[in-house]
Amino acid sequence: MKHITNNEYAQMVKKASPPSNSAVSIPMAFLFGGAICTLGEALINLYIHWGVEKDVAYACGSITLVFLSALLTGLNVYDDLGKIGGAGTLVPITGFANAVASPALEFKTEGYIMGIGAKLFAISGPVIVYGISAGVIYGLILYLFQLY
Amino acid sequence: MIPIEKEGIRNMATRIGKYTLRLDSSPSLVGYAAIASKKESEGPLASYIDVLNDDPMFGQKTWEMAESRMQQEVAEIALRKCSLSPGDISYLFAGDLLNQCIGSHYGMREIGIPFLGLYGACSTMAEGLALSALFVDTDIAANTMAVTSSHFCSSERQFRFPLAYGGQRPPTAQWTVTGAGAAIVGKNSVPPYVKAVTIGTIEDKGVKDISNMGSAMAPAAAQTLTRYFSDTLTNESNYDLILTGDLAGVGSDLLLQLMRGEGYDIRKKHSDCGLMIYDMQNQGVDAGGSGCGCSATVLCSYILQSMREGRLNDVLFIATGALMSTVSVQQGQSIPAIAHLVHLSTKPN
Repeated sequence: MKHITNNEYAQMVKKASPPSNSAVSIPMAFLFGGAICTLGEALINLYIHWGVEKDVAYACGSITLVFLSALLTGLNVYDDLGKIGGAGTLVPITGFANAVASPALEFKTEGYIMGIGAKLFAISGPVIVYGISAGVIYGLILYLFQLY
Repeated sequence: MIPIEKEGIRNMATRIGKYTLRLDSSPSLVGYAAIASKKESEGPLASYIDVLNDDPMFGQKTWEMAESRMQQEVAEIALRKCSLSPGDISYLFAGDLLNQCIGSHYGMREIGIPFLGLYGACSTMAEGLALSALFVDTDIAANTMAVTSSHFCSSERQFRFPLAYGGQRPPTAQWTVTGAGAAIVGKNSVPPYVKAVTIGTIEDKGVKDISNMGSAMAPAAAQTLTRYFSDTLTNESNYDLILTGDLAGVGSDLLLQLMRGEGYDIRKKHSDCGLMIYDMQNQGVDAGGSGCGCSATVLCSYILQSMREGRLNDVLFIATGALMSTVSVQQGQSIPAIAHLVHLSTKPN
């Protein structure tokens, strides 16, 4: 076969590979993400309306979204929403709940310890690790600034 | 002392060119069977597949055991279809995509046939078929069997994400076929025959995207096909169909371009198992099908049946495999690929 360099082949691959249809995926992400956040706001207002304190109402709103996401994951609905919603279903707190609930379902066949226990944070682990790390660094910077 | 077998005229595969072996006795594909699941049952080849089970668990408790069950069943059906029993088979070549090939090892643990496990990723059907035919052609086996499988769910959890994870797939991604195929090779008797095989070399053009495996495999297919053409002094006009394993949409495009660069215009003769097994417009499979079960189910259903009925006469079956693992991908390595070719024909050598 004639010699084609890796770079030349990479150009061919780039040309042959269809890009994601961002004219659809971006508006869909906006709609789904927006809808989830709107639902969150509605839940918070509902809790406040029911006499829950504002701070607690925010936590209750998040907890309800997490619950709904885990429920829909268990019913095999969330992944179908994710196919359409993309980043819109991935980025909000519901996406995080799905990233924890889905390995729990998937790896239950390997048992509670080496399956669910070991794999629960297989997807969300990096988010937790680097989220906490960033929090610590940000906290340190803030502390140093407040010293002076 | 064990008596030495009387020396007779033994068949011997003949090497032609540098890479191709001609099987002088032209062993027959005496039996074949395919099994698949729900999504494949909604595809265009459904009516050719022996068993379509709507339960992707195949009555088992885990996806891995479901895959093993498919292999076991498809081997049994293939034997039944040609009225052979496991005792008639001298050697069994099987493989799949799962770590340590557990799909095959658990599926075949009760069959009692001398077993050789293969890993060629999605090229395994061609690898197994080539070895099966060579064993028969060289008279060291009366009958041999090649079996491979893949399962969408067992592959997803091993190579990608949990099933219920709500991620989006890029348009270059391929859909792992839930299916298995078995082919039994015997002495020259009925068409289709295996006339020649070309064993591929590992090719790596630096593709790193695990969601674009057709691109990684296309150079391997082009390399093997070009070598076969030059070894046999033939070209695309000598064949009815040049069937690649699972390059799918993107990889097939690239193969046609690479072959054009070599002076072969295979557009009119080429098809790909990954583009045939699903309805590309309506089944949401992105670039097309993939997996060991993709080429196995297409070959052991539609293709072999069409050959037996004389609708196809000369077919080059080139199954392609991407040989990376999740570890090598995470370590930033590119994807090595391989392609093996088997020339099937309704006319013997």
